[in-house]
Parts: sequence; structure tokens; C-alpha cells
Amino acid sequence: MKEPLVLMEGIDKSFPGVRALENCRFELMPGEIHALVGENGAGKSTLMKILTGVFQKDAGHIIYKGKEVRIPNPRAAQELGISIVHQELNLMPHLTVAQNIFIGRETRRKGFSLFLDEEEMNRRAQELLEMFHMRIDPRIKVQELTVAKQQMVEIAKALSFNAEVLIMDEPTATLSEAEVGELFQILRKLREKGMGIIYISHRLEELKEIADRVTVMRDGHYIGTLNIQEVTIDRIISMMVGRNIYETSSKGRIDADAEIVLEVKNLSRGREMKNVGFRLRKGEILGLAGLVGSGRTEVARAIFGADPVDSGEIYVKGQKAHIKSPSDAIRHGIAYLSEDRRRYGLMLGLSVEDNVILPSMKDFLNFNCFINRKKSKEKCEEYVGKLRIKTPTLAQKVKNLSGGNQQKVIVAKWLMKNCDILIFDEPTRGIDVGAKSEIYKLLNELAEEGKSIIMISSELPEILRMSHRILVMCEGRITGEINAQEATEELVMKYATMRNKNE
Amino acid sequence: METATYNLKRFRREILRQFLMFGSLLLLFIFFSLSSPNFFTFGNIVSIMLATCVNGMLALGVTFVIITGGIDLSIGTVMTLSAVMSGVFITYWHLPVFLGILGGVGTGMLCGFANGVVISKMKLPPFIATLGMMMVAKGLALVISKAAPIYFTHAPSFSRIAMGSLVGKLFPGFDVPNAVLIFIVSIVLASIILTKTVVGRYDFAIGSNEEAARLSGLNVDKWKTVIYSLCGIFVGMGGVMMASRLNSAQPALGQGYELDAIAAVVIGGTSLSGGEGSTIGTVVGAFIMSTLINGLRILSVPQEWQIVVSGIIVIGAVYLDIIRRQG
Ligand SMILES: Nc1ncnc2c1ncn2[C@@H]1O[C@H](COP(=O)(O)OP(=O)(O)OP(=O)(O)O)[C@@H](O)[C@H]1O
Ligand SMILES: [Mg+2]
Repeated sequence: MKEPLVLMEGIDKSFPGVRALENCRFELMPGEIHALVGENGAGKSTLMKILTGVFQKDAGHIIYKGKEVRIPNPRAAQELGISIVHQELNLMPHLTVAQNIFIGRETRRKGFSLFLDEEEMNRRAQELLEMFHMRIDPRIKVQELTVAKQQMVEIAKALSFNAEVLIMDEPTATLSEAEVGELFQILRKLREKGMGIIYISHRLEELKEIADRVTVMRDGHYIGTLNIQEVTIDRIISMMVGRNIYETSSKGRIDADAEIVLEVKNLSRGREMKNVGFRLRKGEILGLAGLVGSGRTEVARAIFGADPVDSGEIYVKGQKAHIKSPSDAIRHGIAYLSEDRRRYGLMLGLSVEDNVILPSMKDFLNFNCFINRKKSKEKCEEYVGKLRIKTPTLAQKVKNLSGGNQQKVIVAKWLMKNCDILIFDEPTRGIDVGAKSEIYKLLNELAEEGKSIIMISSELPEILRMSHRILVMCEGRITGEINAQEATEELVMKYATMRNKNE
Repeated sequence: METATYNLKRFRREILRQFLMFGSLLLLFIFFSLSSPNFFTFGNIVSIMLATCVNGMLALGVTFVIITGGIDLSIGTVMTLSAVMSGVFITYWHLPVFLGILGGVGTGMLCGFANGVVISKMKLPPFIATLGMMMVAKGLALVISKAAPIYFTHAPSFSRIAMGSLVGKLFPGFDVPNAVLIFIVSIVLASIILTKTVVGRYDFAIGSNEEAARLSGLNVDKWKTVIYSLCGIFVGMGGVMMASRLNSAQPALGQGYELDAIAAVVIGGTSLSGGEGSTIGTVVGAFIMSTLINGLRILSVPQEWQIVVSGIIVIGAVYLDIIRRQG
């Protein structure tokens, strides 16, 4: 048998009040793609951060190519040949794509090592991006890119190290199907070259397609490592959660005469949205499908008043609504759960409780100014329980939660607000199977209670399973409308790629 | 093709920004020129430039710090301390003038270095750390000088650093003081450091997303210390220049200068939340401030009102910047 590239043994790690890892084990062979799975908060990211020098282990050994190593900081990991795409985007928004890719190891001008060779870096970045078929201008500032493009930059950056170990912490969470396919091809090529790849994902269907082996973690413990051919997805899930999972029933049709709660007419802005119009009925879950960048988020943000529009009208319950800002939207009973939780969704430095009650603060006030802590605590605990948010206390700062649990905090926040129209933009991104089904169940319950939901998702199975009706967008236009009964993945993809040839 | 048109749009927006900034300065010039015949004269323009030099130096230095998302409140009194130290070297210890200059600049750098260490190693917020340094430097300046001005009467060459005129020698009639020349060289230097070197790149990187910079393998603590020291160097040069101009080190002067410098940086479009900024912006900002004061004085507006107007200009300029950012 070959020698493992990386072997982590007996790893312990505690944070104040949290035992994140206990006697954890992980083994990576050269030339394999090794999936790492587990529920939100199982400790996957923490384990990888220990391997890349972001955190220090409390106990245990890391053996790299047969020798025990210490990894005191991220630089040391890079020098060993270990590179990582973190779960959270870690780019510098004010710098250009090329500057981000080469940060910390800039090409210098010949002769003057203090000076940067900008053209050379742009050229090399261009080459790199082209090699991976990414159509991104290296001179553009990262803050001007969409989340999906930013994610691709992050991936390009990790690949540029020519590392021997590549770790990807949920790289596909923000990518569309096509981009995922592209990424898998790249990964397969790298595997052939003998690179060891660690792949973390909550999209379990992907594993069969890409991984060779899978390691399962639960609650900071190592559960087991299996060959992917010898195991079913169901088996992996039961190893991960150790309990049964809620299944959604297939969707019926919404009454044709149910009240129209939201009507959008002729929403347009530049190239991003063109004459978008649709109706949303009471109790309906309306799926909004399309490739990344097709304008779904733009529509959602426009309805929520987060961005201005060139033209268009919005009617809430038959009344024309003048929505100029999110607070207008919330007054009209519209809530929006943003796709980019770090940037728009959370106050990372505040506690779970403060985050959850913020939009519905009014319901927890005594004499209109004092917060009723007891009441808010009770209510928060209810939602933390319902969504299985893994946090030691309500006072924990949100930035110390695992990625998936942060997402759940946003969901809790808007559920508590009790709006009639809920727009969920990628609500299950980065959420484990168990919690996903909890969120599905909640969405269904909400719809049954008479709330109306618009759900944006890049995961086709999810859209198909959850929606009463699906709108498909492409290049800013609505290209198709499908009822749940007739919907198939092929049909959705057909509409999603219906480009307008006249442009 | 999409990116090409996009680039063009971005480019235009950038041009517009620059133009608006220079435009504001130009507008001020035109306004004052029309209001008073004494404004647009060679002598007055030189005096505006001279008035900009010291504040401009401090502003250049603190631009680097503000781009990291930090702040340096100690620049005013550190400038004073640097001036006093060059006085100590030259007048008390009778060292050669160039050592006095080095001593002054070195003092600034040392204070900046201390700020950097306290902020990056001891993890104090920049506001607090440099507030402390502001008081320390003020106190030290008073202790060392025994609260009395130090005059450079023994070293006549010292005052020529700022007030002599190399340009005047070359082109008789154009008596532009050396201080202005030194300021221009410093601007060029600062621009090169900010846009062409690693220091500048990491400056923006840290301000844009410190955590990401750390995860990319940058030694953030080290670079922050470098940047605060760099700021200190500019402040030290400002101090020497000030002393040379007054031909004395005035230990009581200096407090309040930090706010003028920060105002200039902010008028110049550098974001206090970090990640954005330019030296040209800062320089234009500093000129806007001194032109305003100069012009108002010529129009015999009382000094108290000059301060009020400056305050309004700071708010207005930043508001304008916010608007053009959205456009
Ligand atoms: N800096 C920190 N301070 C305190 N607790 C932390 C910190 N980082 C992580 N934790 C805790 O450690 C546990 C493991 O978190 P980790 O991020 O490794 O989970 P994960 O498996 O990556 O989950 P996800 O799928 O949601 O990303 C969680 O309970 C989390 O709250
Ligand atoms: Mg994680």
C-alpha cells in the first residue's frame, strides 16, 4: 500500500464552551478525491483549519508525507504545499482579481524587488483563468463580481499554488450545475496528476460522481471512512445524522382562484432584468430557477426595495405598493433572505439572539423601548430548537457558529418576523441534509398556514420537490413557467438556457 | 465584449471622480480670484502651497494608516516631538544639521513603530493606542524642551531646509521655498509606495479584508507595524519642516493638527472604513483646506468663521463622494 499524503490522528480542539473536535482522524492518499461529510457544526471546517494553520490543535499529530509536521500559520501550510478554498469567501473586495490571486506572493519587477510587476500578474492570472475556462477579466475589482464568480476566483487562487493537497470547503455551494461540471473536470485532471483532494460538501448526490472515498464526522467525532462504491447515499446519511429524515410529499396545484398576494409587472433594469412579471398566490411556493447570473437575485432584491429599478410596478394584495427601501417592503409584509449571508444577512459580531430578534424587535418591547429579554429568549429558544441550530447558548456570537448554522440563524430571523410574503434566496445553501429537510418542512408548514413563498435555488431537485409552480429565468427574462406536475430537470434546463439570439 | 463596455463605464466613473475632486479645488480658486484681486498672485499662491506643506505631510502619512482601516491620532503631537528632538540634537548637542534631521524623522518613525506594535501585538484598537501616543508625545515634548521653544539660531542652514529656495536660484524671480519642493518629492514617493510596491498592495489588502489577508498567508501584524512606521516617517519629516519654517521647535504647537490632516484625507475620498484611497486625493484634500482658509482670510472673514466653514466643507465633500460613488 502507498504511504498516505496526510494523516491526522487523535486531533482534539476546544473553543470556549464548545468541544469542536474529539480524537478525530483523517487520512488522504495521493491521487484521490476524499469527501468529508457531516452535519452542520460536526467540525469539518475546524479540522481543515487545523490542517491549514488557521487554528492550532489541542492534541494529536499531523503526519505529512511520512513526517510529523507543525503548522503554526497559513503561510506554513502553503509552503508545505497545502492550499484551501475556505467555506466563507475570503477575498479582498477592493483589489482586482489578479491582485487577489497573487496576494502574498506577487511577481516583482526584475532588479527592483520592492516593485510589483502588475502586467505580468495580470497576464498570469489571465492564463490561469483561461486554463480553467473561467471567463473573468483579471483587471476587474472583485467587489464588482457576483458571488459565483467570486467563488471561481477563490478556486483559481487555490489552484494557482500548484499544491499537492487541495482542500475545498463547500466549493459548489454557490455554483450552478454547469459550473460544477466544469469544476469536477478540473478536479479529475488534478487527481490524475497525483494531487490529493479533500472535498467537503452537503450535496450528497455529488459524492458518487466525484469522490473516491468518504469520511463521515458527527459532533466532533470520527465515525468512519468508506469506499464510495461500497456505500449508498442513505447509509452515509444515517451515519451522519443517526436519525430519520423528513420527506416532502409531492405538490398539488394551488387553487386558481386563491388570492393574488403579489403581482409584479414589467420590472426592468438595464441588462439585468427585462420585463419581468408574475403573480404569486396565497399559500403558494413559487420556485425561481435559472443559471447563476440569470437575474433571479436581482428580481428578488428589486421586489424587496434593496436596489432601484428603471421601471416596473409591484402590487401587494391588489394595492399598488411603492417600495423604495427594505423597510417599505417589510411594512408591506415582504421578507427577503439574502443569498450572501456574510455580506447582507448577519451581524457577525452580535449574539444569536440579537440577530434573530432584530427584524421583529417591536414584538419584544415593553413600553415601546425596553427589550423584554425573557420573552425574546423563549421565542429564540423555540426557533433554535426547531431549526436545530447548534450553538452553546443564545449569547454566542454568530461569527463563532459553523457556516451552516449561520445560515439557519438567518432563516430563524425571518421566520420569526412573520411576514406574509417570504423570498428565500438559496435558503439551503451550505446546510446539511438533516437541517435541509427541517427547512423544507418549515416552508411547507408556512405555505399551509397561508403564507406565500418565492424560493430561489440553483439545486434543481430542490426546486422540483418544493415548488407548486416554477418560473425559469435566463439573461434577465422569464423564459418559462412550469407547473409542478409537468416539471422535469430537462424542461427547466431547456428554459434556463433559452438565450435570446438577437442580441 | 461585455467586460469591455463594463470597463469603459468603470473607467468613466473613475475619471468623473478625479475630475470632481480637482473641479472643486478649481472652483474655489475661481471663486476667490473673482472675489479679491489679492488672491491670485504669485506671492499668495506660494503662501497657500507653503501652508499646505506641513498638513499635507501628515495627511500623506496618515493616508496609509487609514487605508488599512486604522487611524492615527498621534500625528499632531508626534510632529511636535520630532521638531523638539531635532532641536535637541542641533541646538542642545551641537550635532551637524543632517543628524538633526535624521533624529527628527527617526523620532517620528519610532513613535509610529510603537503605535504599530501596540496595535498589532497588544491588539489595542488603533483609536485608543494612538490616543495614548498622542498624550505621551505631547508630554514628552514639553518635558524635553522644559516647555520652552528651542531656537535654531546656531545653525542658520537649518532654516534654509524649508525656507531657502533652490528654484529661486535656478529661475530668479520664482522664489518657491524648498518646503514646497520637499512636499512634491514626498507626494511622488508616497504615490509610488502606495501604487507600485508590496507595501501599498498589502496596505489595501489589509484594509479591504483583514481576515482574508491573514488567511492568504500575509503576516498582517508585521505589515501593520511597517505601515504605522511609514506614517511616522512622513510625520517626522513634517515636524522637521515645521521647525525649519519657524526656525524653532514650539513644544506647545501641534495638537489639533491630526484632525486637519484626517479631514484632508477624507475630503480626498479615502474611506475611513479602509480598502480605498489615493495620495492624489489626499493632496487635493489638503489644498482644498488651505485654499479655503487662505481665501477666507483674504476676504477678511473672522478666524472663528473660517473654522465653521472648514467643518461644513468636510461634511459636504464626503457627502459628494458618497453620491458619486453611487452614480
Ligand atoms: N472560532 C470559534 N469559536 C467558537 N466556536 C467555534 C469557532 N469555530 C467553530 N466553532 C464551533 O465548532 C463547531 C464545529 O464547527 P465547524 O465550522 O467545524 O463545523 P462544520 O462541520 O464545518 O459545519 P458546516 O457544515 O455548517 O460548515 C461548531 O459547533 C462551531 O460552533
Ligand atoms: Mg464548515
